[in-house]
Amino acid sequence: MFKYFPHTADDIQHMLDVIGLKSLDDLYADVPESVRLKGEYDLPEEKSEIDIRKYFNQLGTKNQQKICFTGAGSYDHYIPSAIPQLCSRSEYLTSYTPYQAEISQGTLHYIFEYQTMMARLTGMEVSNASMYDGSTATAEAAMMACTAVKKSNKVIISEAIDPKVIEVVKTYAHFNGFELQYLSQQNGVTDFTNLPGLLAQGGVAGVIVQQPNYFGIIEDFTGVADTCHDKKALFIVNSIVADLALLKTPGEWGADIAVGEAQSLGLPMAWGGPYLGYMCTTNKLVRKMPGRIVGETLDQDGRRTYALTLQAREQHIRRDKATSNICSNESLMVLWVTIYMALMGKQGLREAAQLGCDGAHYLHAQLLATGHFIETFPGKEFLNEFCLRYDGDLDALQQTWLDHGFFGGIKVADDIVMLAVTEQRDKEEIDALVNLAK
Amino acid sequence: MTYFSESHEYVRVEGEFGYIGITDFAQKELGNIVYVDMPEVDDEVTAGDDFGAVESVKAANDLISPISGIVIEVNEALEDHPELINQDANSNWIIKVKLSDPSELENLMDEEAYNASIS
Amino acid sequence: MNNKLYNNLIFELSNPGCVGYSLPRNEFPHHEISESHLRNKECDLPECDELTVVRHYTNNSGNNFGVDNGFYPLGSCTMKYNPKINDEMAGMKEFTDIHPLQPETTTLGCQAVTDELRSVLSQITGMDDFTLKPCAGAHGELTGLMIIRAYHESRNDTKRTKVIIPDSAHGTNPASAAVCGLDVVEVKSMPDGTVDAEDLATKLDDTVAAMMMTNPNTLGIFEHDILKIVDMVHKCGGLMYYDGANFNPLLGACRPGDMGFDVLHLNLHKTFSTPHGGGGPGSGPVGVRKGLSQFFPLVNPYHGNFLVELRGLAYVLSLGKENIKNVGPLATLNASYIKESLKDVFELPIEGLCKHEFVFNGLLDKSTGVTTMDVAKRLLDYGFHAPTIYFPLLFHESMMIEPTEGESKDTLDAFIETMRIIAEEAKENPEVVKSAPHNTPISRVDDVLAARQLVLVYPNEQKD
Repeated sequence: MFKYFPHTADDIQHMLDVIGLKSLDDLYADVPESVRLKGEYDLPEEKSEIDIRKYFNQLGTKNQQKICFTGAGSYDHYIPSAIPQLCSRSEYLTSYTPYQAEISQGTLHYIFEYQTMMARLTGMEVSNASMYDGSTATAEAAMMACTAVKKSNKVIISEAIDPKVIEVVKTYAHFNGFELQYLSQQNGVTDFTNLPGLLAQGGVAGVIVQQPNYFGIIEDFTGVADTCHDKKALFIVNSIVADLALLKTPGEWGADIAVGEAQSLGLPMAWGGPYLGYMCTTNKLVRKMPGRIVGETLDQDGRRTYALTLQAREQHIRRDKATSNICSNESLMVLWVTIYMALMGKQGLREAAQLGCDGAHYLHAQLLATGHFIETFPGKEFLNEFCLRYDGDLDALQQTWLDHGFFGGIKVADDIVMLAVTEQRDKEEIDALVNLAK
Repeated sequence: MTYFSESHEYVRVEGEFGYIGITDFAQKELGNIVYVDMPEVDDEVTAGDDFGAVESVKAANDLISPISGIVIEVNEALEDHPELINQDANSNWIIKVKLSDPSELENLMDEEAYNASIS
Repeated sequence: MNNKLYNNLIFELSNPGCVGYSLPRNEFPHHEISESHLRNKECDLPECDELTVVRHYTNNSGNNFGVDNGFYPLGSCTMKYNPKINDEMAGMKEFTDIHPLQPETTTLGCQAVTDELRSVLSQITGMDDFTLKPCAGAHGELTGLMIIRAYHESRNDTKRTKVIIPDSAHGTNPASAAVCGLDVVEVKSMPDGTVDAEDLATKLDDTVAAMMMTNPNTLGIFEHDILKIVDMVHKCGGLMYYDGANFNPLLGACRPGDMGFDVLHLNLHKTFSTPHGGGGPGSGPVGVRKGLSQFFPLVNPYHGNFLVELRGLAYVLSLGKENIKNVGPLATLNASYIKESLKDVFELPIEGLCKHEFVFNGLLDKSTGVTTMDVAKRLLDYGFHAPTIYFPLLFHESMMIEPTEGESKDTLDAFIETMRIIAEEAKENPEVVKSAPHNTPISRVDDVLAARQLVLVYPNEQKD
C-alpha cells in the first residue's frame, strides 16, 4: 500500500468485478503490445518524507544565499509574513480555474481586486488576470497590437529594454510572423530620433519601451505617445511595476498597453519562477487583450458576484482565432501580490520604493566617493538601480563581493556594473559592500 | 430582394447597396449576443472573407461577407445594444455596403433555398 | 467551504490612515525624484491594518472549493491530491531566496533539481532531453511547435506550414498553432472518438509540419491506431507532437517516446501533482527525441517556474519506481468503475475501454429536459465539484469525468450514488435540478450581464 493510493486488494478486486475484467492489465488491452512498458522505469526507489527532506536539504547546502545587490529584472523585496500563510490555505492552493463561479468566488474576488489594483498602479483602465511573466506579457502585447491595429505587422522596440525580454519577444516575432525594428540607446536612454521615420513607413502596430529602462534610468517619454498615435500605432510601456508607486505611470505617459513583471510586489526571487506577468490596457482595447478577465455581475438572487467574462476571446472557445493560446496563468501569484498590495497599501508601496531609491542613491554616492567608480550615463536620473564604470578588474571585485556574502550586481559591459538596492538593504550592508571596493 | 449565404448571413439588396446581417437561425444558435465586432466606414469587404465577429457568452463566430464592396454605414446601435440582433435579426442589419460586383449575388441562395437548407 | 457568501472586497474595508506593514527606519539621505518623473495621481490602494487584511483573505478563501475539500472529477484537469511535502520543500529558503542571475557556483543545488527532473521525465516519457522553460501546458505546446518549425527551417523546408489537429482537440492546440504562425487542418474523428486514419491520409502531404495528438484522446479513449498514424505522418515528413495533458493513465503503461512521438509537453500541475493554485502557476516541460534539443527556443529568461518544477521532482521521488507504475492503472480503474456503474442512467456514447477519463453525453432520459449544466450545478449542492462540461465539442451534452488514482472506492461510491440521486430527481422533480445550485454561497451567475455590461474594476472613489 502507498499513502497516495487508497485501494486495498479487496477494493481492486471488487471494482474489477463490476467492470467485468480479471486484472488491472486488462484495462490496457487496447494498447499495442509493442509499446507496452515491460519491467520497471529506471528511477530511484520510493523515498519517505524523511528521505525527501534529507535529499532536498542536501541540495540546499549546494546553494548559497547572498545579500542581494542585483536587479536586472528580479528583485529582493520584503515579503510580509502573512502572505505565505494565507496563500498556502488549501482552498486557494488546491482549487482549479474559476470556471464554476458558484464555488470559486474566493478566487474570483481576489482576481477582481488584483485587476483593480493593477489598473490603478499602472494608471490604466483595465487589467487581465495575469500572464506567465514580464517577458511573455511583452511578447503578447506586441501580438495584441498587431491584431488591434489594422494592416500592421511591425513592432518597434527600444534597445534600452532588458535584453532578456527582447530575446523572448524576438522568439515570438520570428514564429508569429511580426517584424521587429529597433530604436537604439544613446547614453543609456532610448534614442527616439528615428521613430517618426520608422512610423512613416507604415504598418507599425506598436512601439515598446521600458520604464525605468534596463540600465535603471528613468526615461522621458514626452510626445512619444502622440507620435505613435498620429500613425495609429499603439504605445506600449513595460515597467518593473513596484516602481510605479512613485513614478509617472504608463497611463500618464499616454500608453495604450502597460505590461511587465510584477515579481517586485513581494514575490520571492525563486531562481526565476514562478513570477507574474501583468497586462493592463484601455477600455477601448479590452476585447483584444489576451488572458482571463474577471467581471462583476449578479447571481439569480441579485447578489453581487464575480465571473470569468469575455471568454469568447479565449482559446477554449475561439480556438485558432483566439487572442492568444494562454490557458493557465499565475493565479496563486496574483493572490500573493494582491495581499502584498493590501498589506503595504497606499503608503507602504511608496515608502518601500523611497527606501530603495534613497539606499541606491546612498550606495551610488559612496561608490563614487571611493574614486574607483565613475558615472556611466551622466545627467540621467535613476530610481533604485544604476550603472557605474569601474577602474579595476570588475570580475575580481565581484568575486570578492561574492566571497564576502554579497551578490554584487551584474556586468553590463566589461567594466560596467549594474547594482540595485531595495528596502531589504540597510546602511551596514551597503557600507560593507563599499568598503570591499575601496 | 434578400439573398442568403451558407454561413447564415443575409444581404438585403436595395439598388446598388446591400444591408448585411445574420439570420434568425444564426442568432438562435448563438444565444444571447453580448458583442458585435464591426468594421469601420470606408473599409473594404470581400465575398467569402470575414469582416467582423459576433460574440455570445459561449461562442464567437466570424461574420463572413456574402458580397464584396465598401462599407457605407455601420449599425451603431449594436455597439451598446448587441441584443437587438436576438430581438429581430432581420431588421437589425450590421453593415450597409455599396456593392462592387452584383454578379456575386448569383452565388447566394434565395429565401426558399435557404429555408430548405436549414430545415 | 462557506454556505453563506463572504462578500467583502478589500477596498470596502479600507480606513484612511491605517497601515498593515512595517518597514525599517530610513537612515539614508532623502533623494527626491524630479517632479517631471513622478506620478501625478497617487496610487489609490487600500489602507488596512494587518488583522483586517488577514481576516479578509481567510474568510474569502471559504468561498472556494479545493481538492482538499472534496472530490474534483474534472476531466482533462487531473485534479489529484497535492502532497504537502512538495510545498514544504518548495518553501525552503535555500531555494526561494536565490536570484536567477547568481553565478553558477552558488546555485548548484537548483541546477541539481532541474537536472534530476529532466532526467526522470526523460525516463518516464522515453524522450531524450527536456527544456523546463515553458510556464504552462499551452506555453509548452507553443514551445514544441516552435521546435518543430525550427527543425524544418534548419532543413530549408519552408513549405511545411500546416499542423494537423483532431477535431476533438483541446482549444489550446489550434490556438498554439496559430500563435506559432501555422495553419490548422482538422482531421475527423471516428464515432469512437479516435482519429479517422482514412481522413488523415487525405490530408498528409509535404506541407504538413506536424500532427498534434493527445493519447488517450480527449474522450479518454486510447488511440489504438497510434503506431500506424505516427508512421503515416513520419512518412510524409512531418513530426509527431504529443499533448501531455492526458498523460496520467500512461504512467506504468507505456511511453510517448516508444510510440514514436518526436516532441511532447507535460503538465506538472496535472500528472505531477503540483497545485493548481486557482489557475496557475503551472509548468509545461517540453521533451524531445534525440537531435532536436538544439532547437529549444528562448521562451523564458530563466529556468521556467522553478519552484513548481521542484514540487514535480519531489512527487516523482516520493513515488519512486515502485509506485509510479501504479498511477496509470489505478486512475484507469477508478474511471472505468464509475463508467460501468452509471451507464444505465447516463448516456455513454462510446462503449469499450476507457482510460483515466470518459465522457457521458448527458442523462439517458432526455425527456426531462435536464441538461448537463443542470446536473453539474446540482452536484455542487451535494458537495462534489462538477466534472468538465461541454467539452469535448463532439457531443452536445458532454460531461467528462476524471477521478484520478488518489480517490478511494468509498469516495467513488458516494459520487456514484449522488449521480443516481440526481438522475432520479431529474425525473421526479426536475425543477430542483434545473434551478440548482441551492446550497452554495451564490446561485447561478448572469454571465450575459457580465459580458454586456463590463465591470472589470472596482470604482475609484478617490477625488482627483
